[in-house]
Amino acid sequence: MKHEIIIAGFGGQGVLSMGKILAYAGLMEGKEVTWMPAYGPEQRGGTANVTVILSDEPISSPVLSKYDTAICLNQPSLDKFQPRVKVGGDIIYDSFGIQDKPSRTDISTYHTPAMETAAEMQMMKCFNMFVLGGLLKLHPIVQVETVIKALKKTLPERHWHLLPTNEKAILRGMDIIEKG
Amino acid sequence: MAQESEIVLLKGNEAIAHAAIRCGCDAYFGYPITPQSEVLETLAAEQPWTTTGMVVVQAESEVAAINMLYGGGGTGKRVMTSSSSPGVALMQECIAYMAGAEVPGLIVNVQRGGPGLGTIQPSQGDYNQSTRGGGNGDYNVIVLAPYSVQEMADFVDKAFDLAFKYRTPVIILSDGIIGQMMERVTLPPFKPRRTDEEIQRECPWAANGLGLKERGPQVVTSLELDPSEMEKRNRTLQEKYARIETAEVRYEETHTDDAEWLIVAFGSAARISAKAMEVAREKGERVGLLRPITLWPFPEKEIARLVRQGIKGILVVEINAGQMVYDVRLAARHTNVPVTQFGRMGGIVPDPDEILAALQNLKNEAQDA
Repeated sequence: MKHEIIIAGFGGQGVLSMGKILAYAGLMEGKEVTWMPAYGPEQRGGTANVTVILSDEPISSPVLSKYDTAICLNQPSLDKFQPRVKVGGDIIYDSFGIQDKPSRTDISTYHTPAMETAAEMQMMKCFNMFVLGGLLKLHPIVQVETVIKALKKTLPERHWHLLPTNEKAILRGMDIIEKG
Repeated sequence: MAQESEIVLLKGNEAIAHAAIRCGCDAYFGYPITPQSEVLETLAAEQPWTTTGMVVVQAESEVAAINMLYGGGGTGKRVMTSSSSPGVALMQECIAYMAGAEVPGLIVNVQRGGPGLGTIQPSQGDYNQSTRGGGNGDYNVIVLAPYSVQEMADFVDKAFDLAFKYRTPVIILSDGIIGQMMERVTLPPFKPRRTDEEIQRECPWAANGLGLKERGPQVVTSLELDPSEMEKRNRTLQEKYARIETAEVRYEETHTDDAEWLIVAFGSAARISAKAMEVAREKGERVGLLRPITLWPFPEKEIARLVRQGIKGILVVEINAGQMVYDVRLAARHTNVPVTQFGRMGGIVPDPDEILAALQNLKNEAQDA
């Protein structure tokens, strides 16, 4: 198993931390993992992205030309990474604010109303977990239970009371993702 | 505090800090700069002065930090600093002093794009600066180039061992990719800091007041005004560098046994090149990779051997305008095997497809020739 993923969106959407939790869960399941962020001013706004690779074999490059899955959380990210999905790969995008939907026919396309759902449920801080749930529904590359363990490991103890909320967001995220 | 080795997910910069605490480092002096600030941040969070007794100082500048290194190393302590390209440029004067006075110490350079302040994005533009001395006079420093977070952790202890074995500054030449990315890393078990007795035994040259009565005061300096003495001292240094060149070359070969085409790359460029090699191999192309782990001393003989073995062409991949390519050309100078270079600059990182395209260009050129 090897899955090469790019997660891209606005700074502040939790792009980097979503990737980190995914990587941590992979590590806990004994996989090889690489997490390579675009670092710098992106974290304070603007576009941010992170490449996450989970694999049963040692990973060569942390920098990729093409991805199995591109998770695009805004229009600029979708425009940038749609051409860089492998043939037969997939795009997951948040439908909020997207005017030009993915147009390629040699890849699978999925959308998730994660932003909308998170707002409705008043769980905006868990937005990225709704998205992660969608990814895990499509590609069960790590167990949801491991993700929760990874969250516990990466969050400071004062935030542990939020673990059930995050789990709820992941599970809801698995329901709301749709093809197209 | 866990005493055993530990498997964790860390950034390269964080791994450097954890490894330093665990390998008996006595002191870290540094000044923040992107993309290496996590080294100092991690040390501040870990507070090793409360556990191993390791000192951590945020200096007022890079110049101050490297001069603290000079002082600390001069007393026989295992001391280190880290910075990124413009900061390391500031340190060059004192690195030359350390080389001249034969003071051990570790300098970690998490490179970013230049020249000047340049960009905070990754680069390998400091290859020449690191392997050609960087400061004034005839000297070299040992340069280790990690290509994974694991090697960031492993090379700290290795660098200290080399620094003390040869009484020389050692540079770990990393970059923004290896510094910022996270990977699985096995941290080494804790090793205690050396005692005064151990330092006295291992570093009889050190100016630390130990054994003052028996052997008198020690002088650690690069200054010698008598030219004949200074030439002698230079000869001694050059003999030492020759010993290092004989004994300390490190490199890694992948798929070179049957390779027709060879990629030579170090650090993060070697990781990206490995991906290009995988793709090429899947298509049945016989591509191999030689990764210098020590950039100085450079694996010149090993490249020469592969050239004699029947390599048709060499592609040097670097994240710069072409620096290591000159060392590869020196290694291949007795043949007419073509050596080309592919690189990106300014913080742009080459991707595997670009390397494959450069490989194709090399093949076309070699066939035309």
